[in-house]
Amino acid sequence: MLVSYNWLRNYVNLDKVTPEELAEKITRSGIEVEGIEYLAPKSENIVVGYVKSCEKHPDADKLNLCQVDVGEESLQIICGAPNVGAGQKVAVAKPGAKLPNGMKIKKVKLRGVESNGMICSLQELGLDEKYIPADVAEGIFVFPEDAEVGVPVQELLNLDDAILDLDVLANRPDALSMLGVAYEVAAILDQPIELPDENLTIDESIEAKDYIDVKIDSIENNPYYGAFIIRDVEIKPAPLWMRNYLMASGIRPINNVVDITNFVLLEYGQPLHAFDYDQFGSKQVVIRQGKENETMVTLDDQERQLNENNLVITNGKEPVALAGVMGGADSEVTDETTNLLLEAAYFNSACVRHTVKQTGLRSESSTRFEKGVDPNRVKRAGIRACSLLQKYANGKVAGGVVEVDQLDKSEKSVTVTTAKINQRLGMELDEKDVTSVLSRLQFEFSKNGEEIIVQVPTRRLDISIFEDILEEVIRIYGYDHLPYTIPQGWVQAGGLTDIQLLQREIKNYLSSAGLMETLTYSLTNEKDATRFLTPDIEEKPAYSVGLAMPMSEEHSHLRLSLIPEMLRVLQHNVARTQTDLAYYEIGKVFVSREEEITNQPIENLHVAGALTGLWHNHPWQQEKKPVDFYVAKGIVEGLFAHLELDVTFVQTKMEDMHPGRCAEIRLNGKGIGYVGQVHPLTAKDFDVKETYVFEIDLESVFAVHQPAPSFTDIPRYPSVTRDIAFILDNDIPAGNVQAVIKEIGTPLVKEVSIFDVYQGEHMEEGKKSVAYRLLYQDPSRTLKDDEVDASYQEIIEKVNNQFGSYVRS
Amino acid sequence: MKEELQAIESEALAAVEKAEDSQALQEMKVKYLGKKGSLTTVLRGMGKLSKEERPVIGELANNVRASITEALDAKTEKLEREALDKQLETETIDVTLPGNPIHVGGRHLLTSIMEEIEDLFIGMGYEVKEGPEVETDYYNFEKLNLPKNHPARDMQDTFFITNELLLRTQTSPVQARTMEAYQGNRPIKMICPGKVYRRDTDDATHSHQFRQIEGLVVDKNITLSDLKGTLDVFAKKMFGKDRKIRLRPSFFPFTEPSVEMDVSCKVCNGEGCSVCKQTGWIEILGGGMVHPRVLEMSGYDSTVYSGFAFGMGQERIAMLKYGVNDIRHFYTNDVRFLSQYHQA
Ligand SMILES: [Zn+2]
Repeated sequence: MLVSYNWLRNYVNLDKVTPEELAEKITRSGIEVEGIEYLAPKSENIVVGYVKSCEKHPDADKLNLCQVDVGEESLQIICGAPNVGAGQKVAVAKPGAKLPNGMKIKKVKLRGVESNGMICSLQELGLDEKYIPADVAEGIFVFPEDAEVGVPVQELLNLDDAILDLDVLANRPDALSMLGVAYEVAAILDQPIELPDENLTIDESIEAKDYIDVKIDSIENNPYYGAFIIRDVEIKPAPLWMRNYLMASGIRPINNVVDITNFVLLEYGQPLHAFDYDQFGSKQVVIRQGKENETMVTLDDQERQLNENNLVITNGKEPVALAGVMGGADSEVTDETTNLLLEAAYFNSACVRHTVKQTGLRSESSTRFEKGVDPNRVKRAGIRACSLLQKYANGKVAGGVVEVDQLDKSEKSVTVTTAKINQRLGMELDEKDVTSVLSRLQFEFSKNGEEIIVQVPTRRLDISIFEDILEEVIRIYGYDHLPYTIPQGWVQAGGLTDIQLLQREIKNYLSSAGLMETLTYSLTNEKDATRFLTPDIEEKPAYSVGLAMPMSEEHSHLRLSLIPEMLRVLQHNVARTQTDLAYYEIGKVFVSREEEITNQPIENLHVAGALTGLWHNHPWQQEKKPVDFYVAKGIVEGLFAHLELDVTFVQTKMEDMHPGRCAEIRLNGKGIGYVGQVHPLTAKDFDVKETYVFEIDLESVFAVHQPAPSFTDIPRYPSVTRDIAFILDNDIPAGNVQAVIKEIGTPLVKEVSIFDVYQGEHMEEGKKSVAYRLLYQDPSRTLKDDEVDASYQEIIEKVNNQFGSYVRS
Repeated sequence: MKEELQAIESEALAAVEKAEDSQALQEMKVKYLGKKGSLTTVLRGMGKLSKEERPVIGELANNVRASITEALDAKTEKLEREALDKQLETETIDVTLPGNPIHVGGRHLLTSIMEEIEDLFIGMGYEVKEGPEVETDYYNFEKLNLPKNHPARDMQDTFFITNELLLRTQTSPVQARTMEAYQGNRPIKMICPGKVYRRDTDDATHSHQFRQIEGLVVDKNITLSDLKGTLDVFAKKMFGKDRKIRLRPSFFPFTEPSVEMDVSCKVCNGEGCSVCKQTGWIEILGGGMVHPRVLEMSGYDSTVYSGFAFGMGQERIAMLKYGVNDIRHFYTNDVRFLSQYHQA
């Protein structure tokens, strides 16, 4: 809402506050002033001049030679504007004047003739082009005849005005009117308010009911409709002060009738609509819901398709306006209009909102109906407009308003006590602190013992309960007076849950392991949403959740894997010559088990990593270690070792992964993730080079993780190591043999590690040698050689039996 | 004989002193102390000595042997040390060449901010609560005093999935769920961090996905002053102990009264500058007293319980604290951005 400081002065005394101070006070009391704009920078030496004569320049067809009376002197001025003419009162920048655009006015000669000043357009005086009335947009501005010659134009054109831009939130529709802002400012400044003149002289010879009848078929959406009749109006420009205020408020003046309805809209916050009575098409206003397949042409010359959710104003036959949104083209007020039908009505906000959403037509009027108007101001606004039409359009106002009125105009009452207010604020206000705020807000109240019964004016739609009054008291009294305290009483030990701690621990580990955390979008494209599924998701049919109305295809579906968006992060960095990257992310994936979603999807927390380029690089030492499968796997193994969980890795195949370089991660036999190389074709898709990824379902980890492992004594007896090298068929996974060794060797064998793998020269075709180191240990005694030997022999024998291997000699 | 021994000693000591390598020392050891060495040779004449002379000469001989041995050992050690020094000198390297790079990872800046805020409130006795990101209309709006068709719903453009399912626009549904779970019969002190989503076009100050952190305290006799005091603790911890806060009235459907909190601008110390748009203050977060309808809907008797709630955007806090100028940096994950803030 743009609020003109000068306009506001008509209702409240602002002599003691500058626009800046006022803006600060309004902001601190609840409505944020987002900015202050001065209409035009101060300019001196620009006055009203009277064009005494106007002739063609002897040597230039398009220039006029004017003699202009500016009060104490007469100036010869050359003017190029097409609309300049003798007898006009115009804005003259005298020599020495400086225009808002920086131009300095000097005496000059144009084609040999002297010019001692400049006749200005509104643009040149600093007004925004989009608010300038059409009739003066192409040339100089012409003042009304009663303008006094020699007077500075600054004040006459309201150029000294400051415009406050108020960010009015949904709870304060009352501040969408000058009167509402006036009440607010009066309360803030503790000043009285002066209301506008609603005096009306009725033309006794005409009766509105002879001209119009009102019928409402949809009373719940339209509980009040008032029809005023104004005859014999004279269409002409509105008075200058009104046009000034409209321009200052961001509305372009059109003609007196339209300007007056807009003026009252801004002043009262009540939208009005003026129909050309003679074009209305009947003597009856019928308000009803629209019909399927019904159409109408609105003011903007668009044909609108209606339905039964739209409230329409009709002439009994066809729609003439979309109620509260926009009028129809046929009954628009034009230069030829002489008789008016003025509508002042109350339309249900939900109903208007519906039509606005459907048509996309949001206007000053619809916004106010959507947010709610004051039921007690509807008719008064109509009367105010009639009074202005009488004054500034010479209209004859017919007696009696034709109305249907079932509008609830009663005031709510809210009961408060000072004690309760103090209890909630944590303050010690006196009763008179409370009542003085109510008085400043012009809320009537009565007292009943400790109770203060507040009558809430209907302009304040936001106030209905104790807490609302509480807010009024503290916002006007001032938040700065609140003390600083901390909640007393009940205490609990704050903290993180085991699962939250575990997430932090996983971040600690991965960060220490050299991976950088990323945060990517949960929304991805439809195709990527269902790629790279972890085994727990893939088991059953899994569907991605799509948005009803996505903003773009790139962000249309919720992800089932963190990997695709992480690959995009790699791509972004690689494209910026950052080639060695190691990333991780912890985030949710969203799994729906329904093809048509009706329930909330399952949200599983995942951890994922993506690595590409060099893992280690020390150039001058020629040490370069590119990321490979075992780097990625090492990170995963380290993670589970850190969490003290045993996982196994099983060769697997996944659509977007390298067919020979991908392992399923199993925890207690259940697939919970994968690690491997992204399929080269997929990598190409994402525009990344050789890339390794892992992804793990953390919910499965949380399910089995024991937060605090119990103490294990540090071994006091020496351990014994033994090495064995098995010659195995190439396709036997070394890890399987390792697991079998551990199984056979338990409990004496504590660890089995692989320290050498050899294939190639001196090795039988199709075979490999894998060397295992066995660590024997008993926590309670020193092991004897012969028992270690026996175990060692048993292992060799059983492994050879099971895998068809033999020991390398 | 005595003179002979003394002569051997002085000759040997002089020779040892002059020796230049361990080879020479070895030869001297043989020459003076060996089985055929001069000392042994002299001592062979011991038999000719009188009974009285023998022990005297014997002792002298031992002293001479010890003296020569000691000199030899000392010289050996000296030469070895010199050799080592020489060798080490040759092993000198260029210490200005770069060392082995250690690849350090780290947390995302937003995670660091989030954990810092979490820890601050945990220290004041808050629990950390989480909830689903795909929410129902009921928990995201209706339970928070935003019935269908409420004009304030326009304040947040929502990603709907179906008429009833949506991506949460705020972390407040976690508050609603917690209140409901506690069934109105115990106090609450919680924060809820998490991702939220809104239909905004991504630009320097908007992101269709961002993170919030909200707080909720419900108990008997919670006051607006308690909110002010709590936010003051928060602001001083996050932005510096010299910061001041102020509350301004605002509007949120789930709180009444509602406030916005500003922190005095760190750049200009409240004098006014371009960062704070000349106001001296920077808007940080919103909050207020929990609306009685919100309490009632979750089973809390609003005549007995009151509460305050507050919420903020984590990105905004991070941007203000670290001077990050574009919200998209958080989601582009450019390594050159992330590595500016890593702390494992
Ligand atoms: Zn500043």
